[in-house]
Amino acid sequence: MSETSCPESVVPEPRPPRRTFFELVTYGLGAIAAAVVGLPFVGYVVGVRKKPVAWVPLGSVDGFPLNETRLVTFANPLRQPWDGMVANTGVYVRNQGEDQLEEFLVLAMNCAHLGCPVSWFPQSGLFMCPCHGGVYYANGERASGPPPRGLFRCVWRIQDGQLEVQAPHYPTLQDTLDQTA
Amino acid sequence: MTSEQRPTGLVRRLGSWFDVRLRFGDTILPMLRHPIPRSSAGPLGWWYVFGSASMTLLMLQILTGIGLALVYVPSADKAYDSLLYLDYEAPLGWFLRALHYYAGSGMVVLVLAHATQVFLHGAYKYPRELTWMVGVVLLLCTLGMFFTGQILRWDPDAYWGLAVGGSMAGRAPGMGPQLVHLILGNVVIGGDALSRFFALHVFVIPGALLASLALHLWLVLKCGISAAPVPGQAVDPDRYDAEYQHDLHTTGVPFLGPAMLKDAFFSAAAVLVVVLLAAVLGPKGPNDPPDPLLAGANPRPEWPFLWLFALLSLSPPEAETFIILFLPLLLIAALFLVPVISNRGERAPSRRPVAVLLVVVGYTVLGTLTYQGATAPWSPQMTAWSGEPVPVDLIDGATPVRLAGAAVFQYKNCRNCHALEGRGGKRGPDLAGVGARLTADQLVDQISNGTPGGGNMPAYGKQVSPDEMTAMVEFLSALRPHGQPAPRSAAVVQ
Repeated sequence: MSETSCPESVVPEPRPPRRTFFELVTYGLGAIAAAVVGLPFVGYVVGVRKKPVAWVPLGSVDGFPLNETRLVTFANPLRQPWDGMVANTGVYVRNQGEDQLEEFLVLAMNCAHLGCPVSWFPQSGLFMCPCHGGVYYANGERASGPPPRGLFRCVWRIQDGQLEVQAPHYPTLQDTLDQTA
Repeated sequence: MTSEQRPTGLVRRLGSWFDVRLRFGDTILPMLRHPIPRSSAGPLGWWYVFGSASMTLLMLQILTGIGLALVYVPSADKAYDSLLYLDYEAPLGWFLRALHYYAGSGMVVLVLAHATQVFLHGAYKYPRELTWMVGVVLLLCTLGMFFTGQILRWDPDAYWGLAVGGSMAGRAPGMGPQLVHLILGNVVIGGDALSRFFALHVFVIPGALLASLALHLWLVLKCGISAAPVPGQAVDPDRYDAEYQHDLHTTGVPFLGPAMLKDAFFSAAAVLVVVLLAAVLGPKGPNDPPDPLLAGANPRPEWPFLWLFALLSLSPPEAETFIILFLPLLLIAALFLVPVISNRGERAPSRRPVAVLLVVVGYTVLGTLTYQGATAPWSPQMTAWSGEPVPVDLIDGATPVRLAGAAVFQYKNCRNCHALEGRGGKRGPDLAGVGARLTADQLVDQISNGTPGGGNMPAYGKQVSPDEMTAMVEFLSALRPHGQPAPRSAAVVQ
């Protein structure tokens, strides 16, 4: 913009006033063009499609013996149609008895530490994580190791004698499964 | 143009026809012939070969990457099958996969060697600060390619690697869930995450890498190759340029010559080593199919990240979130700032003991942590309770109660974390000699209450019956090396 940078040999042409206007219009148009392309693109990359709540039947309520923990597996309805076996997931179900505050305990299989799959050991009544040795009691509470909290609890309901669980998303410390419960 | 001699011969005339139009003769050729300090063209020039060899392996990565992209299907339900097809059916598919893995590994090694040489020789000092910083970007891109590439292998390691990565990102204060969604592209781990990592591995990071490489090479040409360091010859930004140009004009030699020949020789050797490794060791994985329900998941990061994996696993839980989220950023910032901290003064390693010490300590730490990460003693062995029997010499001639205790010890999954004579989990201490360390009362206390304050051992108080506890403590108390007395509690002695 500054004419002083021009070589001296070039005689500066008189600057028509409409050029300043044209410059400003060009900057403005460029900014708008960048925004109408850039903002939708960012929205596309960052956006996550909200999926409707899906309920997964886990089996008849009578199929869960009192005070036993069972792994129930299913294909997560939150999957993409092209996810294949990767959509397989599971929840640990424990029938705590009708006299308890919560009749059923439905726990995600992901460790609260870094998400590895915990295994249930009925012999010692403990969940153990293979990654860093996080251990949980049968009620999902943290027993030892690095996890900062207990196992993530899923939202469940009983519908026509069937135990159903709300399809779990991948749970993390600030995005648990039972916030709505 | 006027001074151009009329070339003779068809090839020369053809070459001339092109060069009149392309003008490579007075653009590209001078770049190749640019003078470099005599010292770096001599025997010391062998220190300068790592950068160009990294670039050669990058070319190999592009070639093999394009080859793999002809077959690989970046879809969650087909990726694994397409890898098996590459490994077992596509002609030489296994070789291309192996080449891609070992050339990538070689690139990490050579980029690190290059950076280490530049650091030790003080070549990042004035005027090459920016060259170093762009080099750090290149190192990060190389590591980024390795990480994203492992996800494309789409086996349980990839799946659970995404889970661990997602959980780490989920800890970011204020933006955890958003970051998890950005990485996974969905609320569950699946095809969206695979597509994201495919796009990163094939488009985004290679684009950034090639652009940074162009900038890096431009800077190398514009700032010139640094002379071999001489003790006592300090870098002074006010005088450096004049001295460097003077040296180039008096004693400089063209790059196109012995220096380039060394580069070419070493590059060829690096390629041959990679080809040999690929041919002998074959492709890496994939392991089991990517079924999240397969038992025994134990994700391991690829070797360039084992040190971070170990550092994480060995850190106390209170420091963990900091190490996950901020330590990598601090390390990257430190690398970037190297030339800002010191861009002048001595360059010779013999006059820079702190720099040498940093390299020695740095690589010792990295090596130790990598070894720890490879062996991962903090991971329980989930099948040890049923797969590793009690060593016979520990129950030789044992009483029935002790035998019952050994059975309880196995059955309650203790071996998953506790080895006996080295066999079993390494998460907790080996208990083969515990009878000499803890009294029966202390054993009962330890087993019942676990580690005080919720440490590494769970409280078994409610998990074992009184009879089981008695038997187990009998068994453990007898685990004493020959000749060692039973421990006595100091609290009893008044």
